[in-house]
Amino acid sequence: MQTVFSIGVDALAYGMVLFVISIGLSVTMGLMRVVNLAHGAFAMIGGYIASYAARDLGLAYAVAVMLAVVGTILIAIPVERLLYHRIYGQPELTQVLMTIGITFCVIGIANYVFGPTLKTIPTPDSLREPVSLGFRTVSAHRLFVIACGTAVALGLWYFIERTAFGVKLRASVDNAAMAAALGVKTEVVYAVSFAVAVGLAAFGGVVGAELLPIEPYYALRYMVTFLVVVSVGGAGSIPGALAACLLLGAIDTTGRYLMPEFGEFFFYLAVIAIVWIFPRGLAGRAK
Amino acid sequence: MMALTMNTGTLSTARDRRARLTRDAIGVLVILAVAVLGYLLFPNNLALLTRITAIALLVLSLDLVTGYCGVATLGHAALFGAGAYGAGIAAAHFGITDPIAMLAVGVVAGALAGLVSGAVVLRAHGLPQLVLSIAIIHLAHEAANKASGWTGGSDGLAGIMPDAVFGLWQFDLWGRTAYVFGIVLLIAAFVVLRQIVRSPFGMLCRGIKQDPLRVRAMGASVHGTLIRMYAISGAVAGAGGALNAISTQVVGLDSLSFTLSAEALVMLVLGGTGSLYGALIGTLSFLWFEDVVSAANPFHWLTIVGALLIAVVLFAPKGLYGSLAALIERRGRKGR
Amino acid sequence: MSAIFDVRNLKRTFGGLAVTNDVSLSMAPGDRVALIGPNGAGKTTFVNLVTGNLLPNSGSVALGGEDVTRLGPTERVRRGLVRSFQVTRLFSEMTPEEHVALAILQREGRTGRMFASHRAMPDVMDEVHALLARLGIAHLARHRVSEIAYGQQRLLELALALALKPRVLLLDEPAAGVPQSDTARIEQAIADLPADLAVLMIEHDMDLVFRFARRVVVLAAGEIIFDGSPDAVTKDARVRQAYLGSYADARSVA
Repeated sequence: MQTVFSIGVDALAYGMVLFVISIGLSVTMGLMRVVNLAHGAFAMIGGYIASYAARDLGLAYAVAVMLAVVGTILIAIPVERLLYHRIYGQPELTQVLMTIGITFCVIGIANYVFGPTLKTIPTPDSLREPVSLGFRTVSAHRLFVIACGTAVALGLWYFIERTAFGVKLRASVDNAAMAAALGVKTEVVYAVSFAVAVGLAAFGGVVGAELLPIEPYYALRYMVTFLVVVSVGGAGSIPGALAACLLLGAIDTTGRYLMPEFGEFFFYLAVIAIVWIFPRGLAGRAK
Repeated sequence: MMALTMNTGTLSTARDRRARLTRDAIGVLVILAVAVLGYLLFPNNLALLTRITAIALLVLSLDLVTGYCGVATLGHAALFGAGAYGAGIAAAHFGITDPIAMLAVGVVAGALAGLVSGAVVLRAHGLPQLVLSIAIIHLAHEAANKASGWTGGSDGLAGIMPDAVFGLWQFDLWGRTAYVFGIVLLIAAFVVLRQIVRSPFGMLCRGIKQDPLRVRAMGASVHGTLIRMYAISGAVAGAGGALNAISTQVVGLDSLSFTLSAEALVMLVLGGTGSLYGALIGTLSFLWFEDVVSAANPFHWLTIVGALLIAVVLFAPKGLYGSLAALIERRGRKGR
Repeated sequence: MSAIFDVRNLKRTFGGLAVTNDVSLSMAPGDRVALIGPNGAGKTTFVNLVTGNLLPNSGSVALGGEDVTRLGPTERVRRGLVRSFQVTRLFSEMTPEEHVALAILQREGRTGRMFASHRAMPDVMDEVHALLARLGIAHLARHRVSEIAYGQQRLLELALALALKPRVLLLDEPAAGVPQSDTARIEQAIADLPADLAVLMIEHDMDLVFRFARRVVVLAAGEIIFDGSPDAVTKDARVRQAYLGSYADARSVA
């Protein structure tokens, strides 16, 4: 029973980390129709910045998280202006190549600057202690991650459904040309969404560092996972992405607990099965 | 009037045929010349040259589905790995050590893998399609890792001892036989593939790449055609995998990896898609470049590959061969 | 007279809304029928139902006496139901010669062949050039389609349809987007279509309709409200109502 419970908590935490990192990817893909394989690289950059700030500079965890988010966005802006800007509206293959190129560069640079070893992000003591729920004890960190994911989901929901910017964003996702004709500055919408997406990726990279450890090949190792989540959920759909994250998080965590010798075999089998049944994603719209 | 048209038709048919054969003959001669040059310049590095040949078969096979049919895939190494493990397992577990027989097993295994992964990948389009292809290569990798009784798992499959080719040429320590074997295989594959891409079937594939709906409106089956091309592609990639198994006498999990799949795509685009020549040029330049750079500074290899990719996308989107061909065409037009 | 093309009581709804409602239309070999109707009348849906890109909720489509209602688009093409597109859909990197050769080879079931170029098949090449010559674009045979003018692309679109040797031909606004100077060529090509072919043309341009059609069918709000001679159509009260009710420019009918 304890096992089932721990698997459940871990699966939920893992799914939430996937969600925080990938939701930005999902929204920008729905919006700009760019197959962005480099999204995980931004999560990794966030992790490195936080690790440097908290471990090497000894700053507080909250400050490190803030620095990671802001720093990653600052790094991402010139990348977007110089490189991503060139591939909007280009064929898929071009986008794949450009973003794989960016990923490889980031990995190489991280390897050179920080070395090939794992980087930890020291968490405050309050997150290290187990928390008693009355009938069970749970790791505080897992609870923190789950809370972060829930907060991001609710925050995004409010941002997209209830704010003026959200209306413009939804209109642009639906039909960019029409939105532009109605006076929405789609360029601004794109830029803000990209920044938010990258910021969320960095945030997810930092809070999820215990589940997805920060090392140079992070960007390549989890590239597939993030893409899978978006494509299984259906690009541009928050509920779809949340459902996909929780489902795939559960499958992956259960597989690792119960049959570790199979590695990620069941995860990928599930991916193929889901995409086979829903070729347009769980929440994909028919075209 | 009718007779006249027919006459010119037949005449131009004959002329076209000669022009095509000349171009292919030049292609074969260039491959041969490069192969001989490689042999003379790097007699101590024939293993690398043979590996380049094997990977060239993989990239050629990728060109068939990506360059000619427009299917973007990041899982094509599954076909190569199937060929490698097929030939390797045949030799190590079933005593099939005749290199031609091993090659045949590799080709069949590759074609079957092509059929299966084609059926899966073609189920979706766009990003989901890409994800399916990635899932396939990871799944194959995990499966091969788990089935270590057959594949040797992460230690690799050893104990592959191919016999002499036709009972005459032993595989030697310097890798001369393997190299010649590989080059002959590559040329044979190249000649066959040039035929296929020009045939009515190849033309149908090019049509599907440009507008599948149009092809359907002509009464042709898009899915069936693509599956067939996938099987052919698998056979070619499988031949490459078998060549790798025969020449190195081991099969490792890296032949079933995402990295190899991604690198094959990089090589193809670097050279230029949809010409077969581009695939060969891309493979040769990429692997030669990798050898030079990783010898000098292995740490920077990935950064340089990444920068190279970005540069190709920004400055030579048609790839090395494609850009060159476009330049020559423009020159030729000005001259006229 | 036996019908080569027979649509009976075709119905298709989208979310409860009947976009095609109880439509019946029959054609014999040699018929020249124009299908007209105001915007939103359901012409596109009708075409998709006929070609098999959409399945009807009820009703049937028959070709030469064979029920094809449940068959997919490619199966219908193979049985002789061929369409042209309102906006040309051609392979921009291929030549007219390759386009027509591909269509001929497909018609003959030879596109599976892997070891011979179409250029080495004299029978195919002769037919390609005869067809291109008939449409007056033989001189462009080896130019890339992206390099030739739109009017000529429309002619190639017709050549592609003809190369499939259809029994029923659906022309979806064959002159749409073509500059005035080129329409005469296209009209001529349409006038020269084989006499035994049944042609259904979907068209907005009434001048073209009157020159081409021997029978006019009017579709409005998903239903056929008129089926008769070109002379009678402008006098029909329901047609006037349909057009004047939704169209500011009534002169296009008058």
